[in-house]
Amino acid sequence: MKDLSLHILDIIQNSVRAEASNVELEIREDLEKDIYSILIKDDGCGMSDEVLSKVLDPFFTTRTTRKVGLGLSLLKQSAEQTGGKLEIHSKEGVGTELQVLFSHKNIDRPVIGDIAGVIVLLVSANPNMDFVYKHHTMKGEYIFDTKEVKEILEDVSVTDPNIMQYLKELINENLNTII
Amino acid sequence: MAKVKSLADLKRMKEELQSKMDLREKSNDPEGLVQIKVAMATCGIASGAKEVMEFLIEETAKRGIRTVVTQTGCMGYCYAEPTIEVQIPGKEPIVFGDVDIKKADQIVEKYIKNGELVDGIIPVNYKTLD
Repeated sequence: MKDLSLHILDIIQNSVRAEASNVELEIREDLEKDIYSILIKDDGCGMSDEVLSKVLDPFFTTRTTRKVGLGLSLLKQSAEQTGGKLEIHSKEGVGTELQVLFSHKNIDRPVIGDIAGVIVLLVSANPNMDFVYKHHTMKGEYIFDTKEVKEILEDVSVTDPNIMQYLKELINENLNTII
Repeated sequence: MAKVKSLADLKRMKEELQSKMDLREKSNDPEGLVQIKVAMATCGIASGAKEVMEFLIEETAKRGIRTVVTQTGCMGYCYAEPTIEVQIPGKEPIVFGDVDIKKADQIVEKYIKNGELVDGIIPVNYKTLD
């Protein structure tokens, strides 16, 4: 993966497959404590302890189309290269919570990349799901909530390319005020 | 500094769009539209499926082709990612492999517009003769 936003896109696909209706992404940048934290929480089907114990194994997947499952392993490796870690908690029928910690100033920490594009792509590909994206930095915070967006849009779909373009600019411009 | 966009502006934009949409035919029957599925699992994303999907959404809209672009999981062709499946109404779906922006452009121009086949088809949906 080239950057963190692609990792996030990849990991949230797991929430989509777990039939979650709400996904929350929280990025927290703390330069004082040297932490770049990514938290992803969903209310999907969750996993049993048995599955949970195997998810970080690159040779474990629930797919039948191939025999490897690298998404989580790649993210874990990326975090550990900076001295960080990946933790995952899940409860069957409740949901899954994943936290990844990176060292903020480490040269091996990938950049965030096109996070606005990723969020908009996820929102438009899953119009029945709701996403909340929170980004905290030392300068402030920005919260993007699809529930608010859908309330305004009413019967206009989030899949409309003009709306997608607008939302992408909206997120980017607001992020630029705090990053 | 220019004003930062807010949700309030979104409302104005929505109203603008709505007035335009009334002019266009309202049928949103997905069966009648070209359906494109972009494989978006770890293998697809790592190979650039995100850029390809953004390209397909933006460009088909710009070129006036009504499509539904959705995501799908890994079809098992990790070696040929990014892969996309294109279904033109009334035709069998076709899977294309190694789709970068250039190839995606070709697929839109040749296959979707004119029904001409382009290189890179993965033969998955052949049928045996009875």
